[in-house]
Amino acid sequence: MSGFLVYVARRFVQFVLVAFTGVTLAFLIVHLSPVNPVDQTVSLMTTFGATDPASVAMLRSALSELYGVNGSLAHQYIAFWSRVATGDFGPSLSAFPTPVLTVILRAIPWTIGLLTLSTLFAWTFGNVLGALAGYYRDSRLLKLAGIVVTAVQPMPTYICGLTLIILFGYTWPIFPISGGTQMNLSPGLTWSFVGSVVTHGALPALTLVLVSLGAWFNSMRSLVSNVVTEDHVVYAELAGVPSRTIFASYVARNAMLPQITGLALSLGHVFSGAVIVEFLFAYPGMGQLLIAGINAGDYSLVLGVTTISIIAVGFATFLIDIAYPLIDPRVKLG
Amino acid sequence: MFRILRDLLRSNREFLAGAVMVSAVLLLVALSFVSPYDLMATYTVPPDLPPSGEFWFGTTSRGQDVFWQITAALRNTLAFGVVVAGASRVIALVVGLVSGYAGGRIDQAIMALNDTLASLPNIPILLLVYFVMRDEMNWWLLALAASLLGWTYDSRLIRSVALTLKTREFTRHATFSGMRMPQILLREHLPYVMPIVFYTTMNNLIWAIGLEVTLSVLGFTDINRPSVGGMIYWANASSAMVAGVWWWIAFPMLCVAILFLGLFLLAMSVNEYIDPRSRLRRLRTQ
Repeated sequence: MSGFLVYVARRFVQFVLVAFTGVTLAFLIVHLSPVNPVDQTVSLMTTFGATDPASVAMLRSALSELYGVNGSLAHQYIAFWSRVATGDFGPSLSAFPTPVLTVILRAIPWTIGLLTLSTLFAWTFGNVLGALAGYYRDSRLLKLAGIVVTAVQPMPTYICGLTLIILFGYTWPIFPISGGTQMNLSPGLTWSFVGSVVTHGALPALTLVLVSLGAWFNSMRSLVSNVVTEDHVVYAELAGVPSRTIFASYVARNAMLPQITGLALSLGHVFSGAVIVEFLFAYPGMGQLLIAGINAGDYSLVLGVTTISIIAVGFATFLIDIAYPLIDPRVKLG
Repeated sequence: MFRILRDLLRSNREFLAGAVMVSAVLLLVALSFVSPYDLMATYTVPPDLPPSGEFWFGTTSRGQDVFWQITAALRNTLAFGVVVAGASRVIALVVGLVSGYAGGRIDQAIMALNDTLASLPNIPILLLVYFVMRDEMNWWLLALAASLLGWTYDSRLIRSVALTLKTREFTRHATFSGMRMPQILLREHLPYVMPIVFYTTMNNLIWAIGLEVTLSVLGFTDINRPSVGGMIYWANASSAMVAGVWWWIAFPMLCVAILFLGLFLLAMSVNEYIDPRSRLRRLRTQ
């Protein structure tokens, strides 16, 4: 057990390091840029209609306070961390006076739901197919599947999603192409609401699955075709172990280990893809919020979404990492 | 070098297909230099014309010839990818070789930093950079930011090879004959990692171009400079799909698809070629 605890502690340190680096990076990008956020927001607000100098000065001092650009860089850095720790990013300017945290908390479930389901599905499906393709090397059907998923894999997420919109939104309109649910439905556990969430999520999820399926498929196939030639598998074959058992317990379980590490490492990439998908399908999650915040010049919202998503991705990576010993008992013995 | 290329073209169907696709794109890029129109200008041709003998890929609602726009767009997009891939290759090589050669605590520290950077989500960080720079944002700055984010996977790969080189006989010889670390890394170790560098360059190119397409589709780059994502951005902004101007979106997408598939096939077949195990397997089946 102690080996497991050491393992978890080490992973936790890595998570803290990721969160610390990410938040520091976000702080540095914002504070070392030549563009002053206060000036930018003031000019954005005074573009439409003249405002008298006194109220502009008031706005300026209020914003300086809000954005924490007073005092030395070190002082600002500590202030920034205390805001991150308490989750207080101030009010959102585009949804004034709703606090940024409230806006984000409203969006988070959508992103988590979409990402968890599509990532789990792509990972499971890609690995099972890839393992089968590596084990049954002569199957024509699996070869065909390999060609299809490999061809889709290098496409940028946006292009893939747009193709789906054209196919299933315009040419053969069977799925809604924007929003997270139908507008006139009230949230709740009713058939119509859940059904609406599912149909609205279908195309965004399909996009995310399609673009990541090929990578899992191909790496699992090559892992399996390497494991197959190893002595313990050859021995099992000679000993007459049924091929199903060889496939499941001798080959797939061994080949799975690097794929779990791969899943943990790819989460940042997956989240980046989700930002684009959410924007494309107007899905009400974090990515859509981030891009809307950028377009509205909503400084506190953008900073809030960026820091929270960096920490959340790091934490999800940590969770997958500590699930690893369940599959690989060697870690427990440490 | 030429012999390897010839062998690959002859014996590897994926490499051949990839080479044909990438060459087609490069041909389009070359054509951009002889374009009959000013490619930054709008309303040089009648708007919204479908593909025809005169305008092969039709014209946009902004009065631009889609075919010639695509040539310039591919040129800019590819140039971005090449700059990012080149710059991030230098970082990946330095970090990977030094970390592998140094070993021990230094290696651990560098790799901890490496993994930390690798697990940060790129898009939110790049969007944040765009957001704080806004009007100051230009092509070079975006390329710099992307290069600083795009080396982490490859440096780990290079380091794993460098680790094995460190204990080899010739490294010890070089050390005893008085070569210093930079010299050893540059003259002795670099040639050994070049095949991996070549393979990672392809993958990095795909990643960087994907990034450029994504950011310009969102309108978060210089939108007046022709780029593949930029064309789709303008098409969306003019509701091309609703208005039935499908060729404005379809042709740029087709070109992106060909470019990505071509690069990916090249990367895959080169990777297979430099891995002796898979090369043997291929020989055995032939």
